[in-house]
Amino acid sequence: MIGLEHYLTVAAALFIIGIFGLFLNRKNVIIILMSIELMLLAVNINLVAFSAFLGDLTGQIFTMFVLTVAAAEAAIGLAILVCFFRNRGTIAVEDVSNMKG
Amino acid sequence: MTVPVIAFYCFAAGVIIGGLFTVLSRHPVHSVLWLILSFLSAAGLFVLLGAEFVAMLLVIVYVGAVAVLFLFVVMMLDVDFAELRAEMSKFLPLGMLIGIVLLMELTLALGSWRFAPDAEALRDNLTPPLAETHNTAALGQLIYDEYILLFQLAGLILLVAMIGAILLTLRHRSDIKRQDVLAQMYRDPAKAMELKDVKPGQGLS
Repeated sequence: MIGLEHYLTVAAALFIIGIFGLFLNRKNVIIILMSIELMLLAVNINLVAFSAFLGDLTGQIFTMFVLTVAAAEAAIGLAILVCFFRNRGTIAVEDVSNMKG
Repeated sequence: MTVPVIAFYCFAAGVIIGGLFTVLSRHPVHSVLWLILSFLSAAGLFVLLGAEFVAMLLVIVYVGAVAVLFLFVVMMLDVDFAELRAEMSKFLPLGMLIGIVLLMELTLALGSWRFAPDAEALRDNLTPPLAETHNTAALGQLIYDEYILLFQLAGLILLVAMIGAILLTLRHRSDIKRQDVLAQMYRDPAKAMELKDVKPGQGLS
């Protein structure tokens, strides 16, 4: 029988993988953005699991809002990345310190 | 082992392996493909939980839009990814350390938790019985009724994101030929062509 703890464990592992990815790929912004997506996915798994096991639909509704914000964030992040690459010819994170508006 | 249990373990393994290789794989294109595997497996988990609408949303929004966006950007940027990965081993011990510490903390939390005694009473939007209303209809009734303001604000966020992304990536190139609509409209047909009477055997000088 699969209980709530199983889903929470999967979500926790995925969240840790996301954080691990942030530290592992400190220079590559694209992978950092993907790691953030993974962490948001872990949050979504938690929300849906609690929603299903408690019989409360609110969790699924907020999952959709998290999904919306994640999509918007990915789009804006990648747009900034493309813009930055056009100006500087690199996507290494260390060089982003001179972005002063 | 029944079918749902086997399906759960398959999908869970898909989520974890997909996430792990997203982070570890050598080339960002492979990373995106592993990310897609992770999203699809998570959608499978959501179906197992009875949240079909969110599962389909995940497939459409994440796999159909976000992952493809990532793929486009990875393929369009001409970056030397090998150089970016060169220092990866330097951060490996630190990342491992932080990951293990956080994992242990979360395991502690997972080991000893329980629902609050009044958790059942605090539920706001009870899931209606499946025979009465299915998942999508129940969610729709909530979104368009109780959460209409949040729903509209989510739409606004997407609009702002769209405008921002277009504004950031739009550039006006001056070194290419463009259509000038006004010049086309104000063109005088009488001046556009000139008739010349060419004498035989002489041609135009």
